[in-house]
Amino acid sequence: MQQKKFISNIIKTVVLSIVLILYIIPFILVLINSFKTRVQIVSNPLELPQDYSLSNYFEAFTKMNYSHAFVNSLIITIFSVIFIIVFSSMTAHLLVRKKWMFNKIIFFAFVLSMIIPFQGIMIPLVSIYGSIGMLNSKWSLIYMYIGFGVSLAVFMYHGFIKSIPVELEEAAMIDGCGLMQTFWKIVFPLLTPTTMTIMILDVLWIWNDFLLPSLILIEPTQRTLPLSTYYFYGTYTVNYGLAMAGLILTILPVILFYLFTQKYIINGVLQGSIK
Amino acid sequence: MVDWRDVEMNREKSFVNKLCTYLVFAGPATFAFITVIILPFLFGIYLTFTDWNGISSTHSFIGFENYLSVFKDKTFFNSFLLTLKYVFFTVILTNVIAFLLAFILTSGVKGQNFFRSGFFTPNLIGGVLLGYIWQFIFSNVLVYIGENLNLPIFSSSWLSHPDKAFWTLVIVGVWQYSGYMMIIYISGLMNVPKDIIEAASIDGAGSFRKLINVTLPMMIPSFTVCIFLSLQRTFMVYDVNLALTKGGPFKSTELISMTVYNKAFLSQDYGVGQAQAFFLFLIVAIITLVQVYFSKKMEVEA
Repeated sequence: MQQKKFISNIIKTVVLSIVLILYIIPFILVLINSFKTRVQIVSNPLELPQDYSLSNYFEAFTKMNYSHAFVNSLIITIFSVIFIIVFSSMTAHLLVRKKWMFNKIIFFAFVLSMIIPFQGIMIPLVSIYGSIGMLNSKWSLIYMYIGFGVSLAVFMYHGFIKSIPVELEEAAMIDGCGLMQTFWKIVFPLLTPTTMTIMILDVLWIWNDFLLPSLILIEPTQRTLPLSTYYFYGTYTVNYGLAMAGLILTILPVILFYLFTQKYIINGVLQGSIK
Repeated sequence: MVDWRDVEMNREKSFVNKLCTYLVFAGPATFAFITVIILPFLFGIYLTFTDWNGISSTHSFIGFENYLSVFKDKTFFNSFLLTLKYVFFTVILTNVIAFLLAFILTSGVKGQNFFRSGFFTPNLIGGVLLGYIWQFIFSNVLVYIGENLNLPIFSSSWLSHPDKAFWTLVIVGVWQYSGYMMIIYISGLMNVPKDIIEAASIDGAGSFRKLINVTLPMMIPSFTVCIFLSLQRTFMVYDVNLALTKGGPFKSTELISMTVYNKAFLSQDYGVGQAQAFFLFLIVAIITLVQVYFSKKMEVEA
């Protein structure tokens, strides 16, 4: 019995390992080819590189304007996520604690709006914001991410705040805290698990988003990392080594971040999807 | 005696108070939500009744003509059928593979966290990059393998062949989403009460019987979530489609999002584009709501 279990575990591990290799191998292939020249790649894309020269990387770094795009992505992601968290948590708190008719309607609107896919409103969005001259700016993009992000965040905070006993807040109010102070001192710290979940979901979404920034940011200096990778790869498709180095440069920060935070990320994504 | 003027004043004051509290707490979120989602949504409905090209300052009201041209447009119809086919295969394969991986991973294998993190990796990376990575694999690596090992199936790039290019989209979609769904299935499997499974063992059920008669019925909530998420994502896919096949060869792999995008932003036909987008929104909403309704009905209590 014991031995049978041992053998079946070995078989399972072997099967899983083979599938995992299949999952990961595209990344490995891009990595090894990023060190090679075009000729070497065409003659054998499976061979390990003869030397690990970084010249493709340096060239890709300057040609795709990497540092610029990286900073743009960073600014857009950080500000959008902070604003989404601050505005949504406050909104959800008000919606839970004040049972006004209007609050019920607005909460219902938030929830209902979540079934509208981005493609359903991208055309009017571009026409409206184009006609008032709000395209081509990071800050417009951040504003739109707030608009797209608040519904889900309000919904998730709403669920959590409902479970916090209202007595806690009443005690603080009696001690002389205003509504605002009570929220930030008492309620917001209790919301940390939900805040973490929302932060992870929104960072992954905004950092990797392509369609919205491609419609809003037209000037090359405004491009985010996915956008500049897109234009870079389109221009240098034939120069495989260079294109591969560009891909790795964009993937690398995410993978490094993932190595240290994988447990939180997976848990955050899980919490976000089953709600 | 009640002074009605006082009551009136109080009511007004309390309304102003309420309004102030609302604006301070929920003002920014509500404003952004209304201006970014609600207004464009309503304006979008209006657009579907006009012949606007996105640039000109005038446009006229043309009634239901855009909707008629959506139904008459062969490109749109073909792209819609192709998307249904893509969604069908991708959703089924993704969920089968995700469930199997989750099932093996929760059956007492060592290194569960390591495998879980590995399978999840594609979900961290944007669709454009995933598309480019696989473009390289399909047009270089597999062709090289096909030529050297004499495998005719790989000897020419799958991306230059309409049928095979469709399957590259399915493969990449399954690869991308199965790690995500696996996580949800793992959590579902860990929450199946151990005592029920033990009770089934004592009653003499083999491991296959236990899976079919005990575990699967208990997993219906997870299936509801995963099928809902994968339906939503596969219907709307754009990035991978753009980077991997660009709709080609000969527009044979243009999924619906790309068709809508091209109609509006390349053909400058905002009215028809928005009518297509609106039609798509209704279809996806109906399909997902029906799916959630029926899966909820199937759920059982432990």
